[in-house]
Amino acid sequence: MSKQVPLVDYLVLGDSPHLVANECTKCGARFFDRRSACASCSGTDFKKVDIGTEGTLRTFSIVSMAAPGIAVPFVASIIDVDGTSVRANVVNVTPDPEHVKLGMKVKLTTFPIGQDAEGTEAIGFGFEPVEVQ
Amino acid sequence: MSDAVWILGITMTKFGKHTDKDIADLASEAALGALVDGGVTMGEMGIMAFGNLMGGVSGQVVQKQIGQTGIPVYNVSNACATGATALRTVIMAIKAGEVDMGLAVGVEKLAGAGLLAGGTVGATPDVWEPSGRFGAVTPVDGRIGTETMPGVFAQIGQEYAYEHNVEADFKLFAQISEKNHAHSALNPLASYQKRFTLDEIMNDMMIAYPNTRPMCSANCDGAAAAVVVSDAKLKTLSLEQQRRAVKVSASILTTDPYEEACQVLPNVNTVTRLAAAQAYEQAGIGPSDLDLVELHDCFATAELVHYDNLGLCEPGGAVDFFKSGATWRDGSTPVNVSGGLESKGHPIAATGIANIWEICHHLRGEAGERQIEGAKAGLAHVIGLGSSCGVHILEKSGL
Repeated sequence: MSKQVPLVDYLVLGDSPHLVANECTKCGARFFDRRSACASCSGTDFKKVDIGTEGTLRTFSIVSMAAPGIAVPFVASIIDVDGTSVRANVVNVTPDPEHVKLGMKVKLTTFPIGQDAEGTEAIGFGFEPVEVQ
Repeated sequence: MSDAVWILGITMTKFGKHTDKDIADLASEAALGALVDGGVTMGEMGIMAFGNLMGGVSGQVVQKQIGQTGIPVYNVSNACATGATALRTVIMAIKAGEVDMGLAVGVEKLAGAGLLAGGTVGATPDVWEPSGRFGAVTPVDGRIGTETMPGVFAQIGQEYAYEHNVEADFKLFAQISEKNHAHSALNPLASYQKRFTLDEIMNDMMIAYPNTRPMCSANCDGAAAAVVVSDAKLKTLSLEQQRRAVKVSASILTTDPYEEACQVLPNVNTVTRLAAAQAYEQAGIGPSDLDLVELHDCFATAELVHYDNLGLCEPGGAVDFFKSGATWRDGSTPVNVSGGLESKGHPIAATGIANIWEICHHLRGEAGERQIEGAKAGLAHVIGLGSSCGVHILEKSGL
């Protein structure tokens, strides 16, 4: 198997792929980016926490017009994973309002997005419906 | 009130496509128009604040066309709240007692611009190399949600439906757009003055569901400018100037306070609620006292949430409020009688002054065919994603 890298550093690959957040040890606020300090309480101490792999579709848009090179239509969304909001595409679903519903249950999935010149494969993530449609 | 601040003169250019005018031409037209409207000259201005977000032009360039008097220019940049920020800068200078009159200008040339924001996906790199604060190996727009404005604001509208368990569906959002386009037919300065049927709106090109093309703000060229004056200075001016002056009862600018999810999807609710609360407190009047509201309908999906955020309806009641007809021009709280950003247009840095112009126009009783009769108080709201919120409450002169 070729070497793999995650699309973003908060995606952990391996046997059970999942997302990981920086959690403020003082107030519990969670962030996915590299932090200077906490936006909620200005604390500077963080710990890594694993984010669950199942959640609820809190909002979405079916994007038909995007920058050049981006395949459309796709379903942009925010997933509520036990109180932590995650930005992701909803994948493995027909991208129309009959199939994408607010409040639907979704789960994390990963997939290859391409190989670089050295043959390394980048792995992206999305959330797919829990119930087979 | 001795520390009151007034809009003495204000104007906006026609919004639309100005092929024969550059940024300096448009800004000059608006600035000179505001000075003439206020019956004053560039030589009387003690400060100038200027915004041009996308063109990179400075206020000094405009001064070189209309008057190099040596006064300071504050070149401000605050996304779509840039115009309101320029106005607020002048208001603060007057409130601080440093000057008694100042000029705020916002200008943009955007006609023909395509989709705003969102990274371009390039070819697969030679080596996947993590970079940036998320350690991304390639641009993530389109791979991890969307960074495009229509898609972001579509989610903001849909989130309202989910959070409040109300039926804010495609048709309802399209009906909001139908209202604003209908209003624009009475505004000769709007980019588009065409009334669309609901079917036309729903069947137009889909940009980001549930926003079709006419439900998105119109990219266009335009400028707006305002002359602000202190209460003490106004009292030395003519009775006619005093009569037409519009009182700035509240001038507020906020950024978004932290709330869970706000760095995942921009939160335009918290930032607006904070600004609205401060504005009503400062003005000493409430939402029920407003005769008209110009709010930031950058997309039809955005207008709905701001009914609630500005306290125009009961919490969670934005859908019923809209369905009651309240926000049409003959309703109890007319919203965006100018046509809003969807039809009047959204030349970004001009928007936060142009919406003040619309309110002033009605308070002065000069809005012609689209006049809201007897208007005494109005509110202008603008959002700059990232985020900032400007809210100004304006009241008619008692004279």
